Amino acid sequence: MNPSLLLAIPLLPLLAAVIAGLFGKLIGRAMAAGLTILGVAASCFLACTVLRDLLIGGVEPFNGTVYQWLATDGVTLQVGFLVDKLTALMMVVVTFVSLCVHVYTIGYMHDDAGFQRFFSYISLFTFSMLMLVMANNFMQLFFGWEAVGVVSYLLIGFWYTRPSAIFANLKAFLVNRVGDFGFLLGIAGVLYFTGSLNYDAAFAAAPSIAGKTITLFGGHPWSAMTVICICLFIGAMGKSAQVPLHVWLPDSMEGPTPISALIHAATMVTAGIFMVARMSPLFEYSDTALSFVLVIGATTALFMGFLGIVNNDIKRVVAYSTLSQLGYMTVALGVSAYKVAIFHLMTHAFFKALLFLAAGAVIVAMHHEQDMRKMGGLRKRMPVTYWTSLIGALALIGTPFFSGFYSKDALIEAVGESHRAGAGYAYFCVMAGVFVTALYTFRQIFMVFFGKERMDHHAAEHFHDVGWNMKAPLVALAIPSLLIGYLTIGPLLFGDYFGGAIFVRESNDVVGEMGAEFSGPVAFALHALTSLPFALASLGVISAWYLFLQNPAAADRIAGVLAPVRRVLDNKYYFDWFNENVIARCSRLLGGALWRGGDRALIDGILVDGSAKSVGRAALLVRVVQSGYLYSYAFWMITGLVILVGLFLYRL
Amino acid sequence: MFVEILFYAFAAVLLVSGLTVITSRNPVYSALSLVLCFVTSAALWLLIEAEFLAIVLVLVYVGAVMVLFLFVVMMLNVNVERVRSGFTRHVWLGVLVTLLVIGEIVGVVVARQLGVDPTRGGVPLAPGYSNTTELGVALFTRFAYPIELAAMLLLVAIVAAIALTMRKRRGLRVQDISAQVAVRASERIRIVKMDAERPQ
Amino acid sequence: MITLGHMLTLSALLFALSVAGIFINRKNVLLLLMCLELLLLAVNFNFVAFSRYLGQIDGQVFVFFILTVAAAESAIGLAILVVLFRERRSINVEELNKLRG
Repeated sequence: MNPSLLLAIPLLPLLAAVIAGLFGKLIGRAMAAGLTILGVAASCFLACTVLRDLLIGGVEPFNGTVYQWLATDGVTLQVGFLVDKLTALMMVVVTFVSLCVHVYTIGYMHDDAGFQRFFSYISLFTFSMLMLVMANNFMQLFFGWEAVGVVSYLLIGFWYTRPSAIFANLKAFLVNRVGDFGFLLGIAGVLYFTGSLNYDAAFAAAPSIAGKTITLFGGHPWSAMTVICICLFIGAMGKSAQVPLHVWLPDSMEGPTPISALIHAATMVTAGIFMVARMSPLFEYSDTALSFVLVIGATTALFMGFLGIVNNDIKRVVAYSTLSQLGYMTVALGVSAYKVAIFHLMTHAFFKALLFLAAGAVIVAMHHEQDMRKMGGLRKRMPVTYWTSLIGALALIGTPFFSGFYSKDALIEAVGESHRAGAGYAYFCVMAGVFVTALYTFRQIFMVFFGKERMDHHAAEHFHDVGWNMKAPLVALAIPSLLIGYLTIGPLLFGDYFGGAIFVRESNDVVGEMGAEFSGPVAFALHALTSLPFALASLGVISAWYLFLQNPAAADRIAGVLAPVRRVLDNKYYFDWFNENVIARCSRLLGGALWRGGDRALIDGILVDGSAKSVGRAALLVRVVQSGYLYSYAFWMITGLVILVGLFLYRL
Repeated sequence: MFVEILFYAFAAVLLVSGLTVITSRNPVYSALSLVLCFVTSAALWLLIEAEFLAIVLVLVYVGAVMVLFLFVVMMLNVNVERVRSGFTRHVWLGVLVTLLVIGEIVGVVVARQLGVDPTRGGVPLAPGYSNTTELGVALFTRFAYPIELAAMLLLVAIVAAIALTMRKRRGLRVQDISAQVAVRASERIRIVKMDAERPQ
Repeated sequence: MITLGHMLTLSALLFALSVAGIFINRKNVLLLLMCLELLLLAVNFNFVAFSRYLGQIDGQVFVFFILTVAAAESAIGLAILVVLFRERRSINVEELNKLRG
C-alpha cells in the first residue's frame, strides 16, 4: 500500500476544511460546500480502494511510520498508520456517512449564516476521525481522540448565541475530560509497562504485563493489565457515552441535526468501541476489566432505553436510542465478541445516521419544530422520509433480514454463550432492551408519521417537503441499512475477515462457538423468527401501536399508575441533578476553599504579602542600627571583624 | 643582645606614644605622638633590615602625611573639651575590645601555628645585599602593573583632594581661556541698519 | 636577635591599642583618622616581619602599596574633613548623622 495514498485520505478533508474555514467568505457558499464534498468524496473513494485492495487484491495490511515527530529517551512520537481490515472498514464507514451528511447539509443548513463554517467543521471532523482510526500508536490515537472532541465541542455549540447550546457543549467537553483523564492514565500505564507507544510493541508485551501487579491505594496490589484496561475504558466511557459519563450525549442534540447523525450517532461516539476492539490484545488478558465493560454496557443498554420512552423531542429519542445501542456494542466487547461489536457498530452507523437524517428532514419540514406531540400523520406528506425512516426503525429493532437484526441477534447470542462474570445480568438487560427498543422506536414512528395531524394551522400552511439533496442521503443510507447485515455477517463474524486485527483468547471465543452453528444468513434469520428476541420485538411494536396510536388513554393510565417511575425517568435518573448539585457544587466549594485558604491566605497572604511584610518588619528592627553616626558604623565594623576572626580561629 | 635592648627600648617608646595618641586631650599632642610612633617604627624596621621601607615611612608619613594632619588640626581649631566629653563612658568598651583583639591575634599566631616558628629570627642576608635593589626589582618587574595602578590612585587622590577643598569665590577677576579661544567674530559685532538722521 | 615572636607581639599590641583608640575617640573624626593610621602601621609591622622571616620580598611590596593607599586615603579624608568643617563649623561626630535616611 502506498503511504502517500494513505496520507491523502485524511489530508484531503483537512485541506478542504482549512480552505472552507479560512477563506469561506472569499470563495462563497457553493464553492465551500463543493470543495469539502469533493474532499470527502475523494477520501471516501480512496478508502474504498484501500478496502478493495485488502479484500480482493490480497495486499498485506500496512503498518508503518509516515513522519517521526520526536524521539526522547527511547520513546518516539510519530505519525503512523496501521491500516488493516478493521481500520479499512472504519474508514469506509466514516467517509461514507460523512459524505452523506455533507450532501444532506446543503439542504439542512441552506439558510444558515454559518454555512461555510459548518462545512469546515465537518470536514475537519472527518480528518480527525480518520486520524483516530488509522493510528498505529497511542499518541496519534490520543490526538485524534482529542481532535474529534474539539470538533464535537465546536459543533454542539454551533449556534453559539443559544445559551442552551453553550451549556451543552461545555458539558460535553467537561464530561469528556473526565473520560480523557482516564484514557491518558491508561496510555501512561501502557508506556510505563512497555516503554513504547506503538501498538505493535504494546500488544507484543501484553502477555508479559498480564502477570504484573501495580500498587495503588493503600498498598493493595492490582493486576497491571486490569488497571490499564479499566483506565482506557474510562476514556471509552466518556467518548462512547456509557453510564455514568453519558450525560453529555442527549444535550449534544443542541447541535445541528447533521452533526447529531455524523458525530453523535455514527462515528465519534463509536470511537470508544473501536478503541477497545483495537486494544483487544490488551483487554483479553484482563477478565476483570472485561466484566467491568460488560456491566457498564448492559446498564447503559437497558436503562438509557427507558428514557427514550418518555421523551417527546424527536431528536432526543434517537439520542437515547444511540446511547442504548452503544451500550449493546459495549456489552459485545465485554463478552470478548469484538467482531460483533464492530459489526453492530457498522450497521448501527448506517441505520442510526439514517434515523437522524430522517428526523432532521422532519424537523426542517416542520420549520424547526422538534416536539413529537405537535407532529403526526406525516406519512402522506413526506413519503420518502417515511419509508426510509421505517427501514431504519425496522433495522434498529432487529427485524429479521434487516442489517440491525444480524448484528443485534448475533450480539445477544454471544452474550448468551458467554460465561464471564456479569454475563447473566447483561443477558437479561440486552433481552429486555429488545422490547424497550421496539417500544420507543415505534412510539416515535407512530407519533410522527401516523395518527391525525396535530400541528397547528400555521405550521400546516407553511409545511413543505424537503428537497432531493436531503432525500438522496436518506436513500443512500437506507440501502446499507437494509442489506449490509445480510451481506457481511458471514465473512465479518464467522469468516476470517479481521485476521490478526482482533485478538481473542481461545477460552473466550464465543463467536467461534457460534460460528460452528452458523449456516448462512437466511437460515440465521429464519431460525430467529422462532426465538425470544423476535417475540419481544414484536411485542414492543404491538405495545407501541396500542399505547400510542390505538388507545393513548391507556398510556396515560399506565403513566398515572407508575408516576414515581415516570418521575425518575423524566429526571433522567437524576444524573444531571447529581452532577450539578453534588459534584459541581462540591467542586465549587473545594475550589472556593482552596482559593480562600490556598491562594488568598497562603500564597497571597503569607508567601507574597507575608514575605514583603516580614522584610518590612525586619527593616523596622534593622533601622534602629542605622543611626547615621559614623562611630556606630565603625563600631559594627570592628565587631564584625572580631567575630570573623573568632570564627576563623575556632573554625565554628 | 644589643639589638634586643634597642628593640625593647624602641618598642616601649612606640607603645607609650601610641597610648598618648589615643588618650591625649589635645589633638595636636596626638598628632605629634603619632609622628613619634612613625619614627620609632622606622627605627624598628631598620633593626630588622627593611631599610627602604623605614626611610619611606619617615619621608612619606612624617614628612608629608603627618604635616598634613597637623596643618588640618591647627586650621580647624577644634573645641577640645567638648569633643572629649564622654571619654570615660567608653573606656570599658575600648578595653574589652582591645583584650578581645589581643586574645584573637595571639590565638591566630600561637594556637593555629601558621606553619612558622615564632622563635626564629630573620633570614640571614648575603653580603652586598641591597634591600632597595631587591624591592625595586620586584616593583618594576613582577609588580609593574600594580604600581602603575597605585600611581593612578595617587593622582586621583590629588585631584579629589583639590576638587573637594577648592572653593570658588565670587568677585574674583580671572581669565576664562576657553571662552577667549572660542570667540567668533560674528558674535562680537552687531551691525545695525537704520535710517540716517538729519542733524538738528 | 629579634625573633618573629617579638615583632608579632608588638604588632598585636599596637593593633589592639589603635582599636581601643577608635572606641575611645569615637567622637572625634580627626582622631579616628589618626587611629586608622596607627592600625595600618600595625598591619605593616606584620607584613614586614613575615617578609623578613620568610625571606620573601613580596611582603614589603605590599607594605609599599599600603603606604600608597593610606596616603591617598588620609589626603582625601582630611579634604573631606575640611569641607565638612567649612559646612558645619564642627567635626563632632555626634552631630554628623546625615547618613541616616
